[in-house]
Parts: sequence; structure tokens; C-alpha cells
Amino acid sequence: MKVLQFDPTRCIGARECERECSRTWFKEENRDKSAIRINQEDGRYAMVACTQCGECIDVCPTMAIRRDKRGIVRIDKKLCVGCLSCVGFCPYLAMFFHADYTEPFKCVACGKCVETCPSGALAIADVPDAPLTKTEQRLARGEA
Amino acid sequence: MSNKPLNHRILAEFRYDLPRVERGYAGQTLYVNVGDGSIAARPVDEGMKHTFTGGRGFDLWLLWQAVTGDTRWDSPENEIVISTGPLGGTTTYPGAGKSIVATISPLTGIPVDSNVGGYFGPLLKFAGWDAIEVQGIAGQEVIVFVDGDSGIVRIIAAPEEAVDSYRLPEQLMAEFGGDTPAEKRAVSSVTSGPGAEHVLMGCLNFSFYDVRRGFVRLKQAGRGGIGTVLRRKRIKALVVKRSGVRGDSNGPADWGRLERTGARMHKEIHDQDPRMFDMRGGGTTYITKIMNDYDLLPVHNFQYGSHPEAVKLYKSEFRPYFSLGIPNGCWYGCTLACAQCVERFELRTGPLAGQTVPVDGPEYETIAGIGANCGIWDPRAVLEANFYCDMYGIDTISFGTATAFVMECYEAGILNRERTGGLDLRFGHADAMLELLHQMGRGEGFGLVVGQGIRRMKAIFAERYGADPKFLQDIGMECKGLEYSEYVSKESLAQQGGYGLANKGPQHDEAWLIFMDQVNNQIPTFEDKAEALHYFPMWRTWFGLNGLCKLPWNDVEPADNKTAHPPREAAKVPEHVRNYVDLFVGVTGREDVREPADLIRMSEKVYNFQRVFNLKMGQGTRQHDRPPYRSMGPVTVAEYESRADRYDKQLRELAGIDPAGKTTEEKIAALRAYREAQYEKLLDAVYARRGWTPDGLPTIETLRDLGIDFPDVVELVQSRIGG
Repeated sequence: MKVLQFDPTRCIGARECERECSRTWFKEENRDKSAIRINQEDGRYAMVACTQCGECIDVCPTMAIRRDKRGIVRIDKKLCVGCLSCVGFCPYLAMFFHADYTEPFKCVACGKCVETCPSGALAIADVPDAPLTKTEQRLARGEA
Repeated sequence: MSNKPLNHRILAEFRYDLPRVERGYAGQTLYVNVGDGSIAARPVDEGMKHTFTGGRGFDLWLLWQAVTGDTRWDSPENEIVISTGPLGGTTTYPGAGKSIVATISPLTGIPVDSNVGGYFGPLLKFAGWDAIEVQGIAGQEVIVFVDGDSGIVRIIAAPEEAVDSYRLPEQLMAEFGGDTPAEKRAVSSVTSGPGAEHVLMGCLNFSFYDVRRGFVRLKQAGRGGIGTVLRRKRIKALVVKRSGVRGDSNGPADWGRLERTGARMHKEIHDQDPRMFDMRGGGTTYITKIMNDYDLLPVHNFQYGSHPEAVKLYKSEFRPYFSLGIPNGCWYGCTLACAQCVERFELRTGPLAGQTVPVDGPEYETIAGIGANCGIWDPRAVLEANFYCDMYGIDTISFGTATAFVMECYEAGILNRERTGGLDLRFGHADAMLELLHQMGRGEGFGLVVGQGIRRMKAIFAERYGADPKFLQDIGMECKGLEYSEYVSKESLAQQGGYGLANKGPQHDEAWLIFMDQVNNQIPTFEDKAEALHYFPMWRTWFGLNGLCKLPWNDVEPADNKTAHPPREAAKVPEHVRNYVDLFVGVTGREDVREPADLIRMSEKVYNFQRVFNLKMGQGTRQHDRPPYRSMGPVTVAEYESRADRYDKQLRELAGIDPAGKTTEEKIAALRAYREAQYEKLLDAVYARRGWTPDGLPTIETLRDLGIDFPDVVELVQSRIGG
């Protein structure tokens, strides 16, 4: 499955990725609307973005969160009821929300930020598929 | 079921323009009379919002206008009123989808309010109605259908549907829902069952569609016999349909504030629930062990507080039956997720013996009531009874407590096989308990006697069998006519008051003070206890005004709650109280609400109004706040001797009586005199704190101060207290 990856040794803190992400998905430059966040901790840069682990799939009450064929975890806005359970239960704090919208948002590994990073700190990698979540196991058994 | 169209003749129809829900209110309530077919919209004005807030407050206000002091539970003018309140339907914060139901109770004759999950209340509001009041008695079996997608309310003849809450909610889903999961979760029903037609302790089942499990789940408005009222009205179901729930369907004034507060709370549950009570991993089943450890678990009709076999009813014994790791909230966004589900359970008795069915629950109250209190240490028997109670529409708490009462009567020789129609109702007899339940479902045998509740049984056993009325009064665990919920209050004076003073009767949702009082000794004086018996009942009432669940308040706490606050403050969970201020202001935008005291004020209005409502129905005074002695101390020699050291010490150190040389009977009498006097002092202190007269009525000044001095309210209270 495709996942956004980050190399802290290359990051220079330009935050082009944040601006590109919010431009791509929300048509404005606004860090609060970016699905990737670069934080500085103890002099080093760290990225917060979805790992596509799928834990949020099992907490969504309407099954609005599913994994697509590429392994990317996606939110179906038509089914989302804006409860933000997924925000509180994301182990990486990588599910975001903003007062302008009732649905949360997350990185879908589109790769736009990779193209704009001036120091080559980001990449889209192909990693082994995450284990099936409880919901996915039920779907596979035809139970959900 | 077959796909052939059902005989759904429309008996009455009302069309309306769907209002936008703004700041938590639809701005109107729905009146439906199933007797004469009239249907009407009634406005909700600012005064009603500010005085009664919503939920239980709206229920009681509408019910007050519908009934007189002569109304009985089965009178046509009695109503079932359902309202969620302004925060109900919020999806961002856990436990914000409750419906609150009220009626004149068959068991008590006064208003009962019951707080229940499922989607009905929120969907009703999003369909344009802050409350529904259903009056009248239908001439035939009917369904009331509120179609919020089309703006139509209908009373429909329903001769063909099932009555029971195993088949009926699925039938209703098939009839009124669509094919997709999203269409199915747009429908919610309120049903009861055949048992509710035969007993006074009928419950309501509120539904929600579980998209993963693929079937309809049920939550119960259990207390007070509201299901009995529904069936008396010949209503098979109330059904609401409203598609397209969104995060902002409740029209909040400040969505961003709700987002921030809700996301923070979800994270707290994610981090803290596994370290605290693990409700996500077993619901309320964890409570059995704690109660047994602290000698608070009702055993053998509340005689004892623990039992060596109680371990068989611990969470560890139920958890293997539950399907875990997927959502178990009874409304969107409840990450505390206590609504556990057994997806496949094979029944061994009753009309569905041999079939595999889903069971919603069990909750702690069901385990303690039907299990420990009846001496039945068998989780499968508890699960089986849980299923059939729901299917028949019977309250598990009243059923458990009433069955424990008859089991003690059986062992005391008041009952025998002949009098029970062949049932060997000794403690521990699961098969007899289950057969009693099936008799209630079929409407026959001794089940009809037990189904009338403990208050009526006491009179029957004294009259028919010559039983000692005083003994029956002492061991019959009811107050105001309602059966006790499942906690032993003997060693906590404050909790005796919590139960005895509760407006609707002894249910723990008004006050649960046992740990503060008995275990941690944080409220030692009468003034302390009175303050706690003011604050906590008002605080807990507030949940019922707003469509909220109590559990996310203190069944999970911030990590630093106990270190950041002194113990008595920590018991209030101040950070969560602030969350609720945020939520209320975030939804309603009310600028006059700024601090926790403003929330308490809302409750005081409704709570005092309900107290006066009790007076209107012939109760509501001091004499009705006196509980059975079993809830206050040891009735029998065996009970006394099971805690002899504690009781002897109390006689010596508190009552100034030397127990040496006294018989157990003499010590029981001395302890009783002491404890009953303590209880009277507690009532004095609580009444004074609440602004009530010594007879337990709100003074005219209190009514004025709270803005509930309506002419008929003042006249009623004045007629009783003079002046």
C-alpha cells in the first residue's frame, strides 16, 4: 500500500508541504487545513501525517471510512456524521478537523507535497499492506 | 417476513413544513391523539426553553398540562412524552443522543422519567419536533409514523405486525427503511412487547440500526412501566424517519467549539478508558466485581452485599460473549461505547428455545438484579432473561427486584408451590425465574401476580396468605411504588436519601453517593450530606434535560482529576463540567449561561416542578420519601449477624448503647431506632437545603425564585401548606 514517508535528516522546515496540501484540497494556504503537519521538537523536524494503519476504520459509526484498492484509507463525506471519533482515536494524531467543515480530513498519499518539498524529505513509498481491521475482517466474511 | 404489502390503512394524517433545527431546537412539539385521530403542532417559545430547557423538562411540562390529579396510568388523557433536549443529536461529544420519556406510571401513580439511548429522540428533532406527546387510547392496533423526509405524520392501522420487540423492530425497519445501511439507520422505532400488556412493569425498546452487525439494536427505557402505558394505548410502535444526519444537523451556534471539545473528549476516552473501567471492553459489567468487593452487591433480595459465587457474574464471564473492537455507541460519536452486544446466543427456554438470537446487554443492573439478587450465579441464565425481558417488553430492574422479593417470601414460608402455581421460587432457581418471565409474556399464572410489582404484591400476600404486613413492608424493596435499582444502601445514609428522595422512585440516576459517603467518608455531617443531595441530583437531572448520558461525565476522568482537585471537588469531575458548559453554549449560543452554577439552576426549576407534580398526583410529601427498612439496616437476625461487628460497634460508638448481653433481636431494634432517627434528620437537612418545608414541599418563595410560580402550581402548593 502507498504511504507518505518523511526523512527528518533532509527536512529544512520550509513547510511548503503544508501550504501545498491545503491549496490542493481546500484551495487556500492555511496550515490548519493541511493533512500534513511539520513540527519542530528538540531541534529536529517531525512529520504528522496518516500512516494508513486503518485504526480509524473500526471506530467510525457509519462505516464512512474505508480502504481503497491502493490501500489508502479514505473518508466518504456523504456517510460522515461529523462525530470526530476518528480524530480522538488516531494513534498518530493525524486525523484533522477545522471549524469550516463538519467532516475531518487526512492524508491520502496523493503525493503533491512530495513534488513541492525543496529538500527531498518526503516520498511516497510502497509498504506491505496493513493487517485487516475488525471491520475489514467482517466485510471479508460477508458479515458487514 | 414476507414482502407482501401490509394492511396499513391510514387513520389520520398531518402534513407539515420541515423547520430548520436552530441552536438545538426545532421550535415545535408534536401532539398525537391515537384515540380521536387529532394531530397538531404546538409552538416552543423562549419562555418554555428557559424554564424547562428540554428533554425531561419538556416532557413534564407537556404532561402537566395533559393530566389532572385524578388521572391514572390507564386514563385516556395520560400521555407518553418523548424529548431529547437541546444537546441531543450532537454527534461530536460522547453520550449526546438520549431520549427522555415520561408518563404517569402504572407502578407509582406519579410521573416517571426514563433516559434511553437509540436514535429516536435525535431523529425526531431533526424531523422537526422537540418532543412528541401521545395521548388517547386507540380503537385498534396502530403505529404512529413521523416521516421527517416528507413532512408527514400518520396514524396507521397495524393489524399484522408482531408485538414483541424481537420481531417488530426488524419488521418496521423493512417496512419504513430502505435497502442501504444509510437508509436503515435513518429509521428508529419505539416498541414494547406482549409482557407489557400483562404486567405493570413494561419497558420501551428504542432502536438503532447497527451497520456492521446488520441488525436492529435495542436500548431500554426501563423504569416505571412506560411500556405498559404504550400497550394500553394499543400502540405497537412509534416510528420516526429522517435521512442525512450531519455533524451540524442540530444547528449549533458555534460548531468549532463543539469540534474542539468533542475531539478532546474522544482522545481522553482513547487514553483513559483502558486505564479506568474499560467500558469499551465490557460496558457496565465491570461494576459487579467492585460492588461485591465493597459489600454493595444486592444478594438474596438485598439481605447481603457480597457472595463467594459472585465471581461467576463478573465481566470476565460475559466478555467472551461480546463482539468487541467495533463501535458500540447507542448514538453517533459515543466512543465510551458501553452498549455491548452478544451477536449469537442460543436460547434454551421459552417460545424461541433452540433458536440463536442477538442479545443487547447485559448491563450491570440486569446482572445484579436477575443474577445476584436472586442468587442465580449463571451468566447464561442472565443473558436468557435479558433477551426475553426485552422481547416481552419488561423492565429487567423491576423484574429482578420483584423476583428477589418473591424468592425471599418463598423461603420465609409466605409462598409455597401451591401459591406460586408450581414454581419452586427458592433463591438460585434459574428455571423458575425464567418460567415466571415466560408467564408474564403469556399473561398467565403467578407471573401476573409478580408483574404487578412489589407494592401491590405486599397487599396481596397480606390479604390472601395472612403474611405480616410489617415484615413485607420491611423487605419489599420499593419506594413510591417503584422497585429499587441494584445497590445496597444499608451502610450509606446519604444513599438511603438518594434513593428515598428520588422524584420518580428509587433509581440511582438521581444520586449515587455510596463511595463519597460510606467508602471515602467525604460527607460526614448532615449538612455535607444535604449539600451532596442537592448538588448531585440537580447535576444528574441536567443530563436528562439535554439528551445526555451520565456515563461520559464520571465513568471516565481526565488523568489528573484526582490530583488536580481536592476529593469532594474531584467527585464532580470539574473539567468535564466545563465541557458541558462549552457544549451547552456551543449549541444554544445562550449568553446568560457561563458557569456550572447556571446549569444547576436549570435543573432546580425542573426538579422542583416535578416534586410539585408528585403532589398533584397525591404524593410528593415527606411520608412518601420514607424507604423500606431493608434499605436502611438489617431486618432479620441472619442479616444482623452477617455484619455483627460493624453493627455492634455502631451501637456502642454512635448510638451510645452497649450491645453486650443483648439478644440479636434487641440489637436489631436498637439499631433500627437509631438509624430511622438519623434518616429523619437527613430529610430535615435536605429539605432545608432545597428550600422546602419540613413536609418536603417547595416553599412559595422557592417556586418564585425559580420562576415556576405558575398560578396552578402556587395554588396547589398553597392548598397543602397554607399561607
